[in-house]
Amino acid sequence: MASTFSIKRQPGFATIAMFCFFLLYLPIATLVVFAFNAQASVAIWGGFSLRWFQAAWNNQLVVEASIRSLQIASVAAIVATIVATMAALATTRTKPYRGLTAKYAFINQPLMIPEIVTAVALLIVFARIKVATGYSGLGYLMAAHTAFCIPFAYLPIRARLESMDLSLETAAADLYATPWNTFRRVTLPLLWPGIIAGLMLAFVVSLDDVVITEFVKSGGQDTLPTYMLGQLRRIVTPEMNAISTVFLLISVAIVTLFFLISRRST
Amino acid sequence: MASASEIATNRERADIRNRWLLSTPALLIIFLAGTGPLLVVLIYSFLTPGPYGDVIWKFSTDGWTGVFFQRDIFDDTLSLADAHLQIFLRSVKLSLITTILALIFGFPTAYFIATRPQKTQALWLFLITIPFWTNLLIRTFAVQEVIRNEGMLNTILLNLGLINSPIQIMFTDWAVAIGMIYVYLPLMVLPLYASMEKLDFRLVEAGYDLYATRLKVLRRIIIPLVKPGIVAGSILVFIPSLGAYVTPRVLGGGRNMMFGNLIELQFGQGRNWPLGAALSLTLMVIVMVALLFYVRNVSRDERRHG
Repeated sequence: MASTFSIKRQPGFATIAMFCFFLLYLPIATLVVFAFNAQASVAIWGGFSLRWFQAAWNNQLVVEASIRSLQIASVAAIVATIVATMAALATTRTKPYRGLTAKYAFINQPLMIPEIVTAVALLIVFARIKVATGYSGLGYLMAAHTAFCIPFAYLPIRARLESMDLSLETAAADLYATPWNTFRRVTLPLLWPGIIAGLMLAFVVSLDDVVITEFVKSGGQDTLPTYMLGQLRRIVTPEMNAISTVFLLISVAIVTLFFLISRRST
Repeated sequence: MASASEIATNRERADIRNRWLLSTPALLIIFLAGTGPLLVVLIYSFLTPGPYGDVIWKFSTDGWTGVFFQRDIFDDTLSLADAHLQIFLRSVKLSLITTILALIFGFPTAYFIATRPQKTQALWLFLITIPFWTNLLIRTFAVQEVIRNEGMLNTILLNLGLINSPIQIMFTDWAVAIGMIYVYLPLMVLPLYASMEKLDFRLVEAGYDLYATRLKVLRRIIIPLVKPGIVAGSILVFIPSLGAYVTPRVLGGGRNMMFGNLIELQFGQGRNWPLGAALSLTLMVIVMVALLFYVRNVSRDERRHG
């Protein structure tokens, strides 16, 4: 019958696609499975056990690195989201004004420069500042992370703002609401899904960063990713798999939430 | 008395001033921890290396000459820096291989997603993006676990009797390429999907009505129509591949360096910060040129559809 001829079909494409999805998830699945291995091998299965999660939990370095990662990601994501929200309010729903395009380019700059170049630049500058001020705390990492988190927070907030028209705000102003009240009672509640999405994206991006952190950190300031990078040079035990599994779980949970929020809001 | 138009311009002016004030914090942070330091890199690239790293404040163009040439220690003549050129070539070669293979795998995948029923498309896209948002290092580590000598791939092949000794994949160029394809594949699939989603299948149907074969329809109708997506995806994969640091470091080992690792070397054992700075800026310029192509391609695409 003629109707069995599908114009959309291309031979072999579905197979390759399935193969791709399989390859995409195979390494991750293997990684997770061997986190539960009872033996010290990451390739030969020796029964189910939670001992590597226990080992990671008892590893002082891992716990400290995790806490540091969370501290940096929290500060960076919150600051980045606040300033990105302000910037988004300033760059949307307006007639084009002088410098607007330059602002876009500037805000998205961290996305355009290769990470290794930014990392090297920050290494040079922060090394000077460290010598000059004597301060070598987490502030440098937080500042660096905030900067590259801004475009990630900015994009969903801007997208949300652009889908909101100004009529509600105009109505509020017509009813004698002050600009601040209009913002707090009208704009902010409508914008909220975008802000949450931006915050989560920024948090994940900060949590995942390896390159910039590796160059900017002072001694003893390993985050979880840089700690893992250092460990990969040695003989790997399933402890690494256990750490990765927990890390993956957190990222996937946040990203899933992000998708659900941004889907509901559109 | 101020006229109505004067009040309007005043209000507009105040509005623009407020907009600048609102965006100042974001711009300031990015300037302090992004653009500003890049300017310092530019200055450093024209200074003299210090004996223990860092720089001496003396003007020199050696950093820039060092990108392509090396000075003979005996007679001070310049010759091409073979080691650097080799690393540039490897970076470009591996990035091209990564881009081409990502396209070969990504094209059918994007097409598959774009031809699913509307409802399930989001789910397939989600499955593509999930690995992308998980930690780059963890994904690289996962690849390492599969391809290393005691890893899953070799264990299976050995047990099946297909090979007698493990295939050495780790610490070769192929390991780096495999890792980068794995890591950057979503960057290929997403723009491809975006342009395939807009594909007008009536044109495909017309092709079949005119007795075209499936291959001909693919080559003469589908590929030309989604070309902007192909270009966008290729650039989006090529750029991060060229600047890759983590994947070559973990999977390539010390010997199979790429651009990013060469830069790092100058700030570590190499102790030649000006050369490192010049190399960084070289990489940045290459990436900027590629991005310019991307932007031009995207805006042309928008004009055509808009």
